[in-house]
Amino acid sequence: MTNAREISVEYLARVEGEGSMRVEVIDDHIEHVEFSIFEPPRFFEAFLRGRPLTDAPDITARICGICPIAYQMSSVHAMEDALGVTVGGSLRELRRLIYCGEWIESHALHIYLLHAPDFLGYQSGIHMAADHRDVVERGLRLKKAGNAIVGLVGGREIHPINVKVGGFYRTPTKKELEALVPELEWAREAAVATIRFVGGFDFPDAEMDFEFVSLSHPDEYPFNEGRIVSNKGIDIAVSEYNDFFVEEHVERSNALHSRIRDRGAYHVGPLARYALNFDKLTPLAQTMAREVGLDPVCMNPFKSIIVRSVETLYAVEEALRIIDEYEQPVARVVPYAVREGEGHGATEAPRGLLYHRYRVHDDGRIADAQIVPPTAQNQLTIESDLRYVLERHLELPDDELAWVLEQSIRNYDPCISCATHFLDLTVERG
Amino acid sequence: MALPTLAVHKFASCDGCQLSLLDLEDELLAVAGVVQIANFMEASREVLPPPYDVTLVEGSITTAHDAERIKQIREETGVLITIGACATAGGIQALRNWKDVDDFTRYVYAHPAYIETLQTSTPVADHVAVDFELRGCPVSKHQLLEVLVAFLQGRRPNVPTYSVCVECKLKGNPCVMVAHGTPCLGPVTQAGCDALCPTYDRGCFGCFGPMESPNTGSLADQWKAMGASERDLIDAFRNFNAWSDAFRKESDRHQTSIEIGGVR
Repeated sequence: MTNAREISVEYLARVEGEGSMRVEVIDDHIEHVEFSIFEPPRFFEAFLRGRPLTDAPDITARICGICPIAYQMSSVHAMEDALGVTVGGSLRELRRLIYCGEWIESHALHIYLLHAPDFLGYQSGIHMAADHRDVVERGLRLKKAGNAIVGLVGGREIHPINVKVGGFYRTPTKKELEALVPELEWAREAAVATIRFVGGFDFPDAEMDFEFVSLSHPDEYPFNEGRIVSNKGIDIAVSEYNDFFVEEHVERSNALHSRIRDRGAYHVGPLARYALNFDKLTPLAQTMAREVGLDPVCMNPFKSIIVRSVETLYAVEEALRIIDEYEQPVARVVPYAVREGEGHGATEAPRGLLYHRYRVHDDGRIADAQIVPPTAQNQLTIESDLRYVLERHLELPDDELAWVLEQSIRNYDPCISCATHFLDLTVERG
Repeated sequence: MALPTLAVHKFASCDGCQLSLLDLEDELLAVAGVVQIANFMEASREVLPPPYDVTLVEGSITTAHDAERIKQIREETGVLITIGACATAGGIQALRNWKDVDDFTRYVYAHPAYIETLQTSTPVADHVAVDFELRGCPVSKHQLLEVLVAFLQGRRPNVPTYSVCVECKLKGNPCVMVAHGTPCLGPVTQAGCDALCPTYDRGCFGCFGPMESPNTGSLADQWKAMGASERDLIDAFRNFNAWSDAFRKESDRHQTSIEIGGVR
């Protein structure tokens, strides 16, 4: 008699958007592993055609309420590439600063409210607060410190209004930025405490053979600029993205799956950025990573929560540096002339590489748009992780097995709203 | 006494409006002390059985499955509150309503047959009765808290329906149209953002949708006097609240002008 099990989670919790998981096991043999995105399609690339190129940062922000800055940054950099514009100096620094704010708020949200409850056995951050109120309050305050940066530089936390092609509508004064400093100094201590807090969790053993892909820049931990590199030999300009990466449309998902041409799955996000850019972290961030036993390259996806906390510390320190050195720019925008062209932009969203490509007409309207969000790029890797974790935890009862599989999906902080332009978990045991 | 129960559901959207709840960093744990969060997938694995006292719905209806799902959510809740431009006006994805969605599907996806979607993106109130619509792209978290508290207290929410202009005057902002000739949707857009864009030296682009009784035609004339084309006006009104009654009619009027007069 065969022993068949099906475990399915039809609506994954504590992820951004609608996705599901289904695995099927017959006689301890894994028949099927599927991570699906059923979030309805919204067709951004289609309705961007014909819109003014200046609309791109405001409209693409609406792909994701958690990481609107990432969409604004990738879109303005792609447009500026098409227009032959380079934004430097204080305007460039302000763009790094607003990204620091988004990393802090997004990472703090995921660490404290979405992921830590898995490690401590709670249904949610709010359940966790009943026993660990001071910890959850620290996480919320840290999140708020990041949001304060986005709020000041961007105008508001969700769908900021101040980013434009060429620069900003309004630039903050030095004094306005300096008002953020006391809370960011508290946040630096809180980020250190966060690393020690998550560094003490019990982590399932896992050692993957990931191909990590991220931006790399000679002088800084990457946000907006750099080459696309991997630990297995990719080193290309952003404009070569489509020569090396392909998107595939599979039946079970409203998101396109990405793979490296002729090679397969790859991994974007904090683990990849960290492994490929460890030497660009601040000395304190490197020291804290080592203190909690994190090597400069980490292949255990369950430890992504530690890497997120190390990046949070980096972002706080980088924000403090930028504010300290800031001088309000004389001009709010770098002027440009509209012309026909094609541009590419890739930036590091909290969840990983976010690629945009646009073609624009000589009347300033968008001819063609391509947007490749991080979660779509991670989909294949998430499925291969599910298979790995399933193989090692088959002895668990269904409910516990479902939870560890969900947890391994949450390692990626998947953003399904982004990927559709994804999640629902099913474990079937036949 | 048992706490009132709260459910949060998502349809086609960006997650930003429900994130506004989690963005109430100072109030979140207090809110969790006065309501039982019974079904909020983005925040918790735990799902308590219906019915619920209050349900917040984010997102627009774009699939046949979702058109059925919203009916069930309506049956399972006492109060239904829609939050954000997607749920109250169809959202940015309602731009498909003027196009052939099959064409859109072919443009984005290699295998259009795998994609199930309706021709239109429509607000929740087109499908079921809604007790309160909270505008914004995204909603204001302070207004969201006000609406939640008002319904828990059994009173009417204090959410103004006047225009962004009023907020500008209250803030002492110089008018961006008058002072530096920047086209602005503030005179026809409902308040709620605290006149954010004009405060950042940019014209309002209509996140909160039409105010009560907006004079969109008069504003359009003003924009034209400042050099805006019919096409510019269509783009301005066809944004996050494109399918709201007032903005839709205004944009269609300019579409007609182009079609009849060949005006650009």
